Amino acid sequence: MGKIHGAVVVDTERCKGCNLCVVACPTNAIELTQTEVNHKGYPFCHDVRPDACIGCASCAIVCPDACITVYKLKEE
Amino acid sequence: MTKEEIIEKGTVVYQKAPLMNDNPMHYCPGCSHGVVHKLIAEVIQEMGMEEKSIGISPVGCGVFIYNYIDIDWQEAAHGRAPALATAIKRLLPDRLVFTYQGDGDCAGIGTNETIHALNRGENIVIIYINNAIYGMTGGQMAPTTLLGQKTVTCPYGREPKLNGFPLKLTEIAAQLEGTSYVSRQSVQSVAAIRKAKKALRHAFDVSMQGKGSCFIEFVSTCSSGWKMIPEKSNKWMEENMFPYYQLGDLKDE
Ligand SMILES: Cc1ncc(C[n+]2csc(CCOP(=O)(O)OP(=O)(O)O)c2C)c(N)n1
Ligand code: SF4
Ligand code: SF4
Ligand SMILES: [Mg+2]
Repeated sequence: MGKIHGAVVVDTERCKGCNLCVVACPTNAIELTQTEVNHKGYPFCHDVRPDACIGCASCAIVCPDACITVYKLKEE
Repeated sequence: MTKEEIIEKGTVVYQKAPLMNDNPMHYCPGCSHGVVHKLIAEVIQEMGMEEKSIGISPVGCGVFIYNYIDIDWQEAAHGRAPALATAIKRLLPDRLVFTYQGDGDCAGIGTNETIHALNRGENIVIIYINNAIYGMTGGQMAPTTLLGQKTVTCPYGREPKLNGFPLKLTEIAAQLEGTSYVSRQSVQSVAAIRKAKKALRHAFDVSMQGKGSCFIEFVSTCSSGWKMIPEKSNKWMEENMFPYYQLGDLKDE
């Protein structure tokens, strides 16, 4: 069976750093920024371990602000 | 494989529902209101009712929902959304008509309106966001505040001798002849959100079939009012709210 690859694109300006996506991610692919903030002053979600992402969309489903788009690709 | 390749060649498995516009939502970080907004947009879109839905927004943190989901909206005075929904649905029976109300709105100042609209069996859906507090006004005790729960107006915890007991409005709704579908859901996890979405779809379908009123409670968090971070709020809700406000369908006829 081909390997499943996932990718997340975060609307970082929409993100409020609630951290619920990070808690929901089963592969620890995402984290909040440590030092950087967006224009509202919030830390935001970014993929610190993009290779770990399996495209399950858990992060995007729990995101209250609809900041995350999830892509998935099955390797042939 | 690079991220760019996955995005270019892969499929989108989740994106913001197009019915939800790009206006940033005013809610505090982690607020349950946002998740329920997403479900409403997704379900209306899946039903193909984008041009035929009319929502009634409340007084409470949900007041600005009309800024975020691009359907027709009417704003009601505090607690009066079911009366507006009644009028709109009677005049335009082919529309999907629903209210969106907090616990202070729906189970406090508007209890009377809520009960009578449901008891008349109006073909509307009442979406009831129960975060056990008056969020918008700064975290005062609501009729739904749990015993022992601290708020700014019961700083030592709700005490039944002084403040009475937390109101289970959903149980009352289930007793009324006019209601057809009554359910209590939550949105703190992927599994809960999937379930809640199905319940919301069912409620919208039932109301369009003219089978009577639908009442769907979302047990919710209010991190700011509860003074907890979002993650801890979800945990607190699971441990304290769920035993009292038990999840599931209460009525489906
Ligand atoms: C007639 C009237 N009385 C009181 C208020 C003040 N007020 C605004 S929002 C609110 C309570 C909102 O609580 P809830 O419905 O639980 O919504 P939440 O903000 O928690 O989502 C109150 C009492 C008002 N706006 N109008
Ligand atoms: S799609 Fe799944 S694996 Fe990828 S970042 Fe989101 S939660 Fe983690
Ligand atoms: S005050 Fe509470 S209900 Fe209102 S937006 Fe903030 S967290 Fe949500
Ligand atoms: Mg409330």
